[in-house]
Amino acid sequence: MDAEIDLEIRLLLEAIYDRYHYDFRSYAKASLKRRLAQACENLEVASLSGLQERVLHEPEVFAALLQYLTVQVSDMFRDPEFFRVIRTQVLPVLATYPSIKVWVAGCSTGEEAYSLAILLQEEGLLDRSIIYGTDINAQALRAAVSGVYSLSRLRGFTENHRRSGATTSLSDYYHASGESAIMDPALRRKITFSDHSLATDNVFSEVHLVTCRNVLIYFDQELQNRALNLFAEALISRGFLGLGSKESLRFSEAAGHFTEFALAERIYRRKGQS
Amino acid sequence: MTRSVDLVVIGGSAGAIEVLHQVLGRLPATFGPATAIVIHVPADGPHLLTEIFTTPGDLKVKLAEDKEPIVGGTIYFATPDYHLLIEKGRTFALSLDERVHYSRPAIDVLFESAAEAYGDRVLGVILSGANADGAAGLRAIAAAGGITAVQALESAEMIAMPAAALEAVPQSLEVDAASLGELLRAHGEGAEKKDGL
Repeated sequence: MDAEIDLEIRLLLEAIYDRYHYDFRSYAKASLKRRLAQACENLEVASLSGLQERVLHEPEVFAALLQYLTVQVSDMFRDPEFFRVIRTQVLPVLATYPSIKVWVAGCSTGEEAYSLAILLQEEGLLDRSIIYGTDINAQALRAAVSGVYSLSRLRGFTENHRRSGATTSLSDYYHASGESAIMDPALRRKITFSDHSLATDNVFSEVHLVTCRNVLIYFDQELQNRALNLFAEALISRGFLGLGSKESLRFSEAAGHFTEFALAERIYRRKGQS
Repeated sequence: MTRSVDLVVIGGSAGAIEVLHQVLGRLPATFGPATAIVIHVPADGPHLLTEIFTTPGDLKVKLAEDKEPIVGGTIYFATPDYHLLIEKGRTFALSLDERVHYSRPAIDVLFESAAEAYGDRVLGVILSGANADGAAGLRAIAAAGGITAVQALESAEMIAMPAAALEAVPQSLEVDAASLGELLRAHGEGAEKKDGL
């Protein structure tokens, strides 16, 4: 029974990779299995094999399944202490560079990219910064590009923003329209959202700061190493890497590329290359 | 002779802390299995649980980390606001997937993945608690041939959780704090300490 389900999962992920070039084969299996079971229930298919048949023949079913395969949890200024340390310890270093490039890997619906844009603006650095927000989920990226969030959600981020050491009010960066909050186009212009897979794509730019938070927990060890090696390759010498508050390099082979910078906030630094 | 297990999983919410305190504090240094525990706590109380359990007992107590290999003789607590799962390679995994029974971490999520990874080498325990989380997980452990135990209703501060678990797995052993300690020692003491592999 168990072995059959594992086989079905493997075949489904292979089929998705072949047909749609999305690579979930190296995702952490335990949580993936739960999300697939949920997908079967909600999409009303009796088995993973039944799901595979529909996914292969009906692209819209794949689009629906994708929302289960990728986890979209994204807040603004999630873990305010992380942003406070970025503000007080990382940005002063980045300010010494003529231009600053930031890569938000696995940006989902864009909240973190906008948070970093606000942070850079508050510290007077946004004019000479570019933020790349990348994700594999086209639907999430469309939401990120639109820069429209529910007003009540955004108001909920006000306290997080304040605790990050904010010098301005979060409400300065959006305007309300009915139940929606529309992000300031001046922020939006500094962010490039694009499709990029940590599983299959390569480095696209040299960057000074990578944030990839609560993404690596969904990857298995091998894929996590691949992603971290990509970050190491993309980062300038002595560039910064920020992970999620419960992620670390402790159990990764790629740890050797980095040194600890602010461990409690999971901020690491690329070792200097000589 | 009682067979030994490689992993003990324990779930509870309201009323479970006191029981755990009594039981875990008295486990001997020779206790072989790893222990993974989900207690429903507010998301903003990150270190409460490990602080409670740092003083008594001889076993190492820590929060389970993502991709951490599971080591026998260690007591792991789930990090608040993340689900705790076990991969087949006997490492921990965290996730921010949706709440289950309004809970994250959820007991069902830990128990079901434990049953998959450890098969019949698991002992699952449901303690006092206020909702039905854990019942489905305990059923998964029983189905995989593992050992199941539930806090006896008369000794539980909140009975909803153990009652639901007992209904799901009627053959579960019914324990109180004293007999749970004996049960754990019977299945774990003297077992050779080893890594999850």
